[in-house]
Amino acid sequence: MKRREFLILPASALGGTLLYTLAREPVRLQAQNGNVSIPLRFFSAAQGRVIAAACARIFPSDAAGPGAPEAGVVIYIDRQLAGPYGRDKYRYTKGPFVASTPEHGYQGKETPREIYRAGIDSLAGFADLTAEEQDNQLRSIEGSTFFQMLRAHTIEGMFCDPMHGGNAGLIGWQLIGFPGPQMSYRDEIDKYQGQSYRPKPVSLQDVVGHPVRGWEEEKDT
Amino acid sequence: VKTLKPVNVVIVGGGWTGLAMANEVTGRTSLSVLVLERGAPRSIAEYAEGMDELDYAIRLRMMQNIAEETITHRHSPRDPAVPVRQYGSFLPGSGVGGAGEHWNGISFRFLETQFVLATHLKEKFGAAHLPENLTVQDWGVTYNDLEPHYWRGEQMMGISGKAGNIGGEKRPGGNVFEGPRRNEYPLPPLRSTDAGLRFKNAAESLGYHPFPTPSANLSEDYRNPDGISRPGCVYCGYCERFGCMIGAKAQPTNTLLPLLVSRKTFAIRTGCWVRRVVHKGGHATGVQYVDANGQEVFQPADAVVLATFTLNNVRLLALSKIGTPYSPATGRGTLGKNLTHQAGGASTRIFFDHSLNAFMGSGSLGMMMADFDGDHAFTGSEGVLRGGMISLSSLGSRPIASFGAYPGGSVKSNWGSEWKAASLAWWDKVSGLGFTGEHLAYRENFMDLDPQYTDKMGDPLLRFTLDWTEHEYRQSAYAAGIQTKIAKAMGVRFDESHPSDRRYNVVQYQSTHIQGGAVMGTSPGNSVVNTNLQHWNLPNLWVIGASAFPQNASGNPTLTALALTYRAADAFIASHGRQSKRSG
Repeated sequence: MKRREFLILPASALGGTLLYTLAREPVRLQAQNGNVSIPLRFFSAAQGRVIAAACARIFPSDAAGPGAPEAGVVIYIDRQLAGPYGRDKYRYTKGPFVASTPEHGYQGKETPREIYRAGIDSLAGFADLTAEEQDNQLRSIEGSTFFQMLRAHTIEGMFCDPMHGGNAGLIGWQLIGFPGPQMSYRDEIDKYQGQSYRPKPVSLQDVVGHPVRGWEEEKDT
Repeated sequence: VKTLKPVNVVIVGGGWTGLAMANEVTGRTSLSVLVLERGAPRSIAEYAEGMDELDYAIRLRMMQNIAEETITHRHSPRDPAVPVRQYGSFLPGSGVGGAGEHWNGISFRFLETQFVLATHLKEKFGAAHLPENLTVQDWGVTYNDLEPHYWRGEQMMGISGKAGNIGGEKRPGGNVFEGPRRNEYPLPPLRSTDAGLRFKNAAESLGYHPFPTPSANLSEDYRNPDGISRPGCVYCGYCERFGCMIGAKAQPTNTLLPLLVSRKTFAIRTGCWVRRVVHKGGHATGVQYVDANGQEVFQPADAVVLATFTLNNVRLLALSKIGTPYSPATGRGTLGKNLTHQAGGASTRIFFDHSLNAFMGSGSLGMMMADFDGDHAFTGSEGVLRGGMISLSSLGSRPIASFGAYPGGSVKSNWGSEWKAASLAWWDKVSGLGFTGEHLAYRENFMDLDPQYTDKMGDPLLRFTLDWTEHEYRQSAYAAGIQTKIAKAMGVRFDESHPSDRRYNVVQYQSTHIQGGAVMGTSPGNSVVNTNLQHWNLPNLWVIGASAFPQNASGNPTLTALALTYRAADAFIASHGRQSKRSG
């Protein structure tokens, strides 16, 4: 059994976020000061630090608004990798594995978990570099399957429903003005033409009135 | 292998065509019908909980699990085939209702000329001016044969639209290029978005004839002739790749299943993976399948109907050694020939100076124009034989997929602060002009069994040999030129369409409109099934759905697959329904 690992984050970044523990119990983080410990499902604490640092360069917190650190993107990625997606339960993985043309997409044998492990190994010491050094290092791996996956996962973690561990406090949706899943736009669809309509964002749980579990919570069979 | 209690009719696949056939047979005869569905049951309650972009639109939770079965692809017989390892260019559905649960609801009738395409092209352009590898065929049924069946489908679903041709009289505001309808659509069109109206005005200013996309998502509350009531669409934007949480989108589970579940002669079993059609002496005797508990069983039946997606209809015939596999080298054999995938290369991104509120939308909400559909606009000098439709769709945009769109060249990197700023500045101001084109059939595009890769049962996968030809490239370039004219007339900033890929690409989503392989026709020499979709070799085996289409029309296929199913059901009942319950 893997030793339980925690990611230490400043609580101010994640006020009021609903998270699931390793025991799959929902916990609401209320701390506004100091640090919080978030139990990890897949990453070690050191791996989590590297990924958190890389996501923070891909989708930075800057003058334009909050980014990957505030949205909890690393938590999202940790949960995806721990779940069925991370072990390729939904990809065709029978061999033989042969290299092909770009029109055939990723043909490798490695699962997302394996791609992340190797990618993180290639970023040893990354979390302690300056922002400029981090950018240079990321630029040098831009073409890799690992980086393309990390970039896609960062956007997913910014804008997914918070049940998946990212978009904490709907911060990603607030950033762009996406209202979340709403039950009806029947009266709005042909109003507001030429002007923006921005109802207050809601999560899926808000809409259906009870917690909904993401696919990553599916029990391994 | 355990043998189960016999039934009169076993139908493989519980999507639109399978449940429509089941509904006809159980509604009009006393025959017992069993539907075998590979996926899970569906309920409307799970669709509200499914309004989640990540799980459903990105991870594709409603699709077949590709780990269990996929296809392999090669561009030509000279290339090695490799498996499609993750979904890309098409998305086969699974579960009761099939892809009819998570479709967009776009509901076209095909052009009159489509049904007689081989004859028509020879007449119009001359045989000498057609590519020598062209294998398009006449369907053996005409638009007029199908018109009443189209109308039944439109009433059942409650199609919302504007007719452009009623009894030969052209109606402005509808598609004036379509074949004559006997009736106006059951419901008026969906409401229009800002972007859709801008497209309409621009197209009209250029002398084109835009019309609202015909939609199975109801514009108003509707009660169909079967007495099934459904509410009007609320434009929630969770439509394509999602089941409808209120039932406004016509789905097999909210139109056909409610009728079927009350009938004693109907049964559906889920989790059943059919591996073979069993046959002896020119007769199907039933199907062999692995049930939800993993047990291999034999289900005897008097008649077998294959009603799965194109891919599996063809694969089941091949695995069951029914019919003669097609050979592109000799042109002999019929099983697997005329593989087509609706063309859609041209795509022009357009940018507005204000927010579009594009999160509001519906899977079939949009404006289209058919001025370059079919060949009415072509003289032979354009290098294009058949075109397609240009559209602006308001499907409902969601944040993961829509973030990161901005005018080309705005920023150098696709990550980091500059990228983030550009993406934020342009979010919700971006739309696009799309294209759906006819895909002609060619001698070298076909399906057979892969010699190497297998599914979870160890059965060979289906292999695609498929590539674009010069015609699709020209067709796409022509459409891109029209899109540019429209974008200019709209007065918006735009990125010109990239030249379409010369090579078929399995990564980029295109449409799930893959057709052919078990095509219909007028003789066993040119087709797998007759014009009633009855197998030429086994008279009690019926193969229904888009696998029967000899080539790909520009319009989306669902309504035509359904119309052909209704027509096939009449023939099926005449042939097997001795114990007819009521007449007509």
